[in-house]
Amino acid sequence: MRGSEAIGEAAVRAGCACYFGYPITPQNELTEYMARRMMDTGRVFLQSESEIAAINMALGAASTGARVMTSSSSPGISLKQEGISFIAAMELPCVIVNIVRGGPGLGNIAPAQSDYFQATRGGGHGDYRTIVLAPASVQELYDLTRKSFELADEYRTPVLVLADGMLGQMMEPVVFNDKEILPEQLPDKPWTVKGAKDRPSRFIRSLLLDVDVEEEQNWRLYRKYQRIERREIRHEEYYMKGAELAIVAYGTAARIAKAAVKRCVEKNMRVGLIRPISLWPFPYEHIYKTAETVKHFMSFEMSTGQMVEDVQLGVKGRAEVLMYGRPGGVVPTPAELFRVISRAYNKIAREK
Amino acid sequence: MKRRRPARPSTMKDAATHYCQGCGHSVIHRLTAEVIEELGIADRAVGVPPAGCAVLAYFYFDVDMIEAPHGRACAVATGIKRANPESIVFSYQGDGDLAAIGTAEAVHSANRSENITVIFVNNAVYGMTGGQMAPTTLLGQRTTTSPAAAGREAHREGYPIKVSELLASLEGSTYIERCAVNSVRAIRRTKKAIREAFLTQMNGEGFSMVEILSPCPTNWKMSPVKSWKWIDEVMTPYFPLGVIKDSRKGSKKDAG
Repeated sequence: MRGSEAIGEAAVRAGCACYFGYPITPQNELTEYMARRMMDTGRVFLQSESEIAAINMALGAASTGARVMTSSSSPGISLKQEGISFIAAMELPCVIVNIVRGGPGLGNIAPAQSDYFQATRGGGHGDYRTIVLAPASVQELYDLTRKSFELADEYRTPVLVLADGMLGQMMEPVVFNDKEILPEQLPDKPWTVKGAKDRPSRFIRSLLLDVDVEEEQNWRLYRKYQRIERREIRHEEYYMKGAELAIVAYGTAARIAKAAVKRCVEKNMRVGLIRPISLWPFPYEHIYKTAETVKHFMSFEMSTGQMVEDVQLGVKGRAEVLMYGRPGGVVPTPAELFRVISRAYNKIAREK
Repeated sequence: MKRRRPARPSTMKDAATHYCQGCGHSVIHRLTAEVIEELGIADRAVGVPPAGCAVLAYFYFDVDMIEAPHGRACAVATGIKRANPESIVFSYQGDGDLAAIGTAEAVHSANRSENITVIFVNNAVYGMTGGQMAPTTLLGQRTTTSPAAAGREAHREGYPIKVSELLASLEGSTYIERCAVNSVRAIRRTKKAIREAFLTQMNGEGFSMVEILSPCPTNWKMSPVKSWKWIDEVMTPYFPLGVIKDSRKGSKKDAG
């Protein structure tokens, strides 16, 4: 199954009732897949006039309690930030897929990881966070998209799936190890605006003119984010036992890193990989604990270095943090990364 | 004889509005609320107030409501209606919201013939932000951002935009009428138009909009009475009143 189709199919099987999108490469396969599948299943597919309209349609549809999704790629995600901030403020569940491409500006359509800051720091205006999941295989695109809908509902918050054109285009086998839910089988949500039938009227807003009320709302969101930080951190380890150098990489970069690390291990180098699966919340605590014994870290990213700041925050000065990045849509080979890791590893060994 | 205050419609909350003296919003709120009550759709109605003076409409309307980001009310309304077609969805937008920042959303919602109703309040000025030039500010009208002695001039600030005519030109729009709230007669006509717009939606006939020329005495720097006159003398010659478009098939008979 193709990556973009795995995302689409996960959404359909999660009971996603509405999809809104606007064409942008390299995520069109997902929009096209949703157009076919949503039509087949009698659900809502709408090609909007802009990304701004799409995210606001998603906002409106989410307010009825329906599971909703929108997708785009980097420049389009920038346009959606207005709506994402409102969705976070209004505490509506919504799944947003970003098939990241090279930037800034129009950049290019090649795989990149340069939207890390935007994704993990809220992205739009105001004091908020979005859950960010970073799949690294087609199976994970499926599983984590499905999980996104559940997290969005559970915490009433926007959830971002961060992938790139390489994952989107990749073909891998997928197992649907979950139960399909139809939109009408989802439980009713007690906060929706669908018309005040047999109950008092409700409203959903984000304007809180009284600073004390807005402050309390900010703290309330903060406490929710703390809850998420306690419960929703996901990561994977690869050859970390006895490692002296820990590579930290996510998504496509983690796939490359896995191959490079494997080669290192075959050459008897003590190198391992930590792969954050949730980018927010980030596995700070785990990295901190690891830094007790592992004294060298290397963040490997398809950017000039964004996640490296989180690695540093995790390490808290306990270990050295190196960085290797290739921005602009360049996808380095495992051989290239192997050379980089070897050099670093040998230097560490010499200095010991 | 003591004059009795007309009863508050059940679709309005018992609250004093924050609107200025002579502002058209309270009248338009009431007309909309009355129509919702009379059509028996209060338990299906979902309103989408804008960023602007009417953002607090949910403190006055006793129906479900959800705030939209500035200009996005038509997109939000689209999402609500598509996700839950049984609801009766109306956006309530000012001229800056609908005709400037939200032009794309309005044009495309109309063009898709989204089955929603737009209450479009045109007072030729940005009210909440303190009287800046709006897309509908008239030529010669002075505002805080068209401060020249000659007011708004076409060569510098362009022309006031006729949103009703613009949307009427689209195949998808169904019912569009322009009204005013500057006399008892005009107010009655406006209520009728709002009713027609909601009926259009209830009959599943697509996009309906009522543009309402509404006084803003505070930012026009006029007395309420003078602002009523200004609508007649300055606004309506440029923004003519009446049904701009009615391509309905079923519900036309309901008119009157």
